[in-house]
Amino acid sequence: MSPIIPLLILAIPLTMFLFLGIAGCKLSHKTAGVLGTLGMGTTLVLAYLTAFTYFFDPQFINEAGERIQQVLFDQTWLHLYDNLSINLGFLIDPISAMMLVVITTISFMVHLYSLGYMHGEKGFQRYYAFLSLFSFSMLGLVVATNIFQMYIFWELVGASSYLLIGFFYTKPSAVSASKKAFIVTRFADLGFLMGILVLSYYTGTFDFIRMTSDPTWVLASTGGATFMGCSVLTWALVLIFTGGMGKSAMMPLHIWLPDAMEGPTPVSALIHAATMVVAGVFLVARMFPVYMMEEAATTIVVVIGALTAFYAAIVACTQIDIKRVLAFSTISQIAFMMVSLGVASAGGGQVEHHGLGYMASMFHLFTHAMFKALLFLGAGALIHAVHSNDYTAMGGLRKYMPITHWTFLIGCLAIAGIPPFSGFFSKDEILSACYAWSPFVGVWMTMVAALTAFYMFRLYFLVFHWEEHKCEHHTPHDAPITMSLPLIFLAAVSIVAGFIPFGHFVTWNREAYDIHLDWTIAGSSILIAVLAIAFAWKMYYRKNDLPAKFRKALPNLWDWCLHRFYWDELYIFITHKIIFGLVCRPLAWFDRHIIDGTMDAFASITNRASDAIKPLQSGQVQMYVWVYVIGTLLLGAITVICLI
Amino acid sequence: MDYSQFLAMKQEIAILIVFLLVFIYDTFMPRSSQKGLPVFTTILMLAATAFGIAGSFCSCCSAATEAFAGMYETSAVIIAIKNILNIGMVIVLIQSIKWANGELMIMRRGEFYELLLVTLFGMYLMISARHFLVFVIGLDCASLPLAAMVAFDKNRYESHEAAVKYMLTAVFSSAIFMMGLSFVYALSGSLYFSKIYVALASEHSTMLIVALAFVISGVGFKLSLVPFHLWTADVYQGAPTSVTSYLSVISKGAAAFAFMVILSQVFGICYSQVWEWMLYALIVLTITIGNLFAIRQRNMKRFLAFSSISQAGYIMLGIIAYNALGVAAMMFYILVYIFSNLAAFGVIGAIENATGKVSMDDYRGLYRTNPRLAFTMMLAMFSLAGIPPFAGFFSKFFIFTAALQGASPAIYVLVLIALINTIISLYYYLLVVKAMFISEEQCVIPTFRSSCGERIGMWISLAGVMLLGLVSCIYSYLIITAANSNIATFFIR
Repeated sequence: MSPIIPLLILAIPLTMFLFLGIAGCKLSHKTAGVLGTLGMGTTLVLAYLTAFTYFFDPQFINEAGERIQQVLFDQTWLHLYDNLSINLGFLIDPISAMMLVVITTISFMVHLYSLGYMHGEKGFQRYYAFLSLFSFSMLGLVVATNIFQMYIFWELVGASSYLLIGFFYTKPSAVSASKKAFIVTRFADLGFLMGILVLSYYTGTFDFIRMTSDPTWVLASTGGATFMGCSVLTWALVLIFTGGMGKSAMMPLHIWLPDAMEGPTPVSALIHAATMVVAGVFLVARMFPVYMMEEAATTIVVVIGALTAFYAAIVACTQIDIKRVLAFSTISQIAFMMVSLGVASAGGGQVEHHGLGYMASMFHLFTHAMFKALLFLGAGALIHAVHSNDYTAMGGLRKYMPITHWTFLIGCLAIAGIPPFSGFFSKDEILSACYAWSPFVGVWMTMVAALTAFYMFRLYFLVFHWEEHKCEHHTPHDAPITMSLPLIFLAAVSIVAGFIPFGHFVTWNREAYDIHLDWTIAGSSILIAVLAIAFAWKMYYRKNDLPAKFRKALPNLWDWCLHRFYWDELYIFITHKIIFGLVCRPLAWFDRHIIDGTMDAFASITNRASDAIKPLQSGQVQMYVWVYVIGTLLLGAITVICLI
Repeated sequence: MDYSQFLAMKQEIAILIVFLLVFIYDTFMPRSSQKGLPVFTTILMLAATAFGIAGSFCSCCSAATEAFAGMYETSAVIIAIKNILNIGMVIVLIQSIKWANGELMIMRRGEFYELLLVTLFGMYLMISARHFLVFVIGLDCASLPLAAMVAFDKNRYESHEAAVKYMLTAVFSSAIFMMGLSFVYALSGSLYFSKIYVALASEHSTMLIVALAFVISGVGFKLSLVPFHLWTADVYQGAPTSVTSYLSVISKGAAAFAFMVILSQVFGICYSQVWEWMLYALIVLTITIGNLFAIRQRNMKRFLAFSSISQAGYIMLGIIAYNALGVAAMMFYILVYIFSNLAAFGVIGAIENATGKVSMDDYRGLYRTNPRLAFTMMLAMFSLAGIPPFAGFFSKFFIFTAALQGASPAIYVLVLIALINTIISLYYYLLVVKAMFISEEQCVIPTFRSSCGERIGMWISLAGVMLLGLVSCIYSYLIITAANSNIATFFIR
């Protein structure tokens, strides 16, 4: 494959960002929006072309029946020393090709949707510029040929997420949410960077193919070194996973994602549901062969994933803001993918159950991106119609917004895992993989799946059924065509995506295999999901006092869930009381008196020295020549004296 | 004699052809079309540059070749440095179009370009010379016409003063250099670089050290290393801005490379004992004193004069590194320095041509009246100070990396001193930015539109400042070229 198309895939969004960023203020809203959308549309076509060629052209399959990983171009960017350099390139393999499709699809839908949603907003051009920047960074992240390139783009997506969350920069809550998101993820990225440094220190390479094609070599290159009782490789992998935890909002670094909902809703759909937040999953998947070597690291992935999945699901049952429900649901679903990746490995370089978990995780990533973007865009349409984020301002909307209603219902069914919608297939694979690894994890995740079905249908019933909310100003109505079109498209994808034979395309060793549904697991999970939906129906279909009773019966649990288990308060306590009070204050004193004092002294000495040598530059040429001669002679004389 | 040897001198011949065409144009074209001369020269120079760059891609042209019984040498790395200088020359020419078409220049336009091309030719000889006679011809060819160019603003008193000071110091340094050469000849009995190199292998006399000191101070004049730098500020201030920018980048870049060639290919044997320490002392002095003087300059041209003195100290780090990586880093530094400094001089020249103001105090509040010029200046300052992601950061980073390959405690101390000086330099570079952006006063420079040539020049320089660091293939190319060249074989500690 020629490197022109891959280069264009990266270059078009970048150019669009630069162009809209620099010349945007001179363009009208419409031109900027249409230009951005067209740019993304072109990228979409090119990305589809690349992915299609990759998946269906036999030249990408070797004799052993594996899909090959191909580096389409790789350019040295920073030469560190002879055998270590940072490259920028384009790696195509099953997961990056799949991600190309996901990113460009969702991004294009969001571009299109935003034409209507952001209509008339101040800074419309800036919004499109940032969207392009984000798309560029995310595409660069998934095609990275080496972990350092990934890190660079990882930070770039973080920065663009910051810019987009804080898009309404006159709103204090948006500003603080953007800062929170940036600081928390940046903090996690410190772990990522340390992990990269540790890993590359031992292996002497950043290259993914080099590391993943021969993970035993990676293990051997650490030479059995240990640190605090754990092997160095475990440390490196756990540190790298910390970066993934930050971006993918795993507990305890999840606190930024619910707040990030302050950004415009299409942004939430693109960044905080479908693409950027799965970067952590993508990272672990990219490094999967190395993770396979260390059971301790994968166990940590599973434990954190399982805890997060449950936590987020139970919190989502009580939230009032519909976007926050979706945010917690996203956290929970990403945790599903994490768990799935973790259970794919049996440690010691072996995979569990033919690496089913890996495939399932990627499959769920794909389907989740589609239906969660659909749900978010649906939520955007609701917010657009009623001008509020809370379900208390909604209710009974099914009559007024039929398109939104039906597409939202499809999204809910997909995420709840009802066949034949896409979520059923991917979630079922994940559950099978979990049962194969440990029945306990299987049961736990099935329970979380039931909670998922419950809270999604709670949301659905509260918004579209329940009691009709009386709106004084106007009757809500369906969104304009630019907004409905993406909803319909994504709903269609959510219906059919489950029938894609995913095992033929994306597997851990890139070898095609057939997926079999395990009907005992599938049947039980359908049953549980249906029960959960029925329960939600009972509680929320019509206005009744059952939810209030429920709240009274379990006041503590309800409070804890509503306040998200007081994680934010805990963070505030730690940062304000412990870090600011006990660590920062003494440091500030040190900084002000010792470090600044030194610097001031340095500056004044410099100034005085500068003053003292002023006469040297007298302007008299005799003097110049004199200094010249003396200088030459001294240079010779001192050297002679020193050598003798 | 085998005339095909001349083919080795492709780039010199290209410059000569440009020179001859300019001369013919100047002499025979009617008065009315003389205004086209600057553009004509620029286009020809651009063609010569393109020719040189094309040559570096062609393997037969860039192969190492000797000519004239080993007096002249060319190779891929030499072609590369000449290309770098050519690029700088093109930018200087583009920026000077407006000035050259000004009232004062009507009668002397031709001379300016002819002298300029002759000096460039001289620098080429310096770089390619492998015999001291050729080198001296090149050196004088590159130095003396510059005196005439410094004096080009006939009606300004400072211009004369600068020219006289330059002339006197240049002649004096030339004399010292020759003195050093005569010592070298006495010691080795030859003026061929390669023969001296061999002869000095068994030589440890005091005379050698004195000879070295003389040679170093002779070339140190061109590089304006402290303490041979005192002419710099006065000359930079007095000379027309186009000449100053030429002096500060092209002349310095060529001298730095020639200096590296002499130190490694002639005196390579006495690196670790003798000239390493001489250069060490000169670098420390140059960077520090250049910076200390730069702090208190209020005239922009004087300010950049001292800034360029301290930058020369950083360039010398590439020589003291004494390895192939150092050569590559040095060449990259020169390239980046050309772009950054020419961006700054572009702004200064444009403002001087339009309003005659050159004081830093006049720049206060420039952002309000001429935001684009202020931005250009800011990026140039950032690059010179070495703030990422601009090219200056990368060039400093690479040259420090190269120097640290030496891995001796003394080198660590040297790099530390250079780093501390980077902080000092940050202070004065930011002074300019502060004056332009933060000052609340009404700017004395009115809003004006700079000429087409000036704008193109600034755009090119800015593109270089922003892209050179990020487009890595250039530095990789230099590394590979330097590592494969025969220069690399001389680096024996």
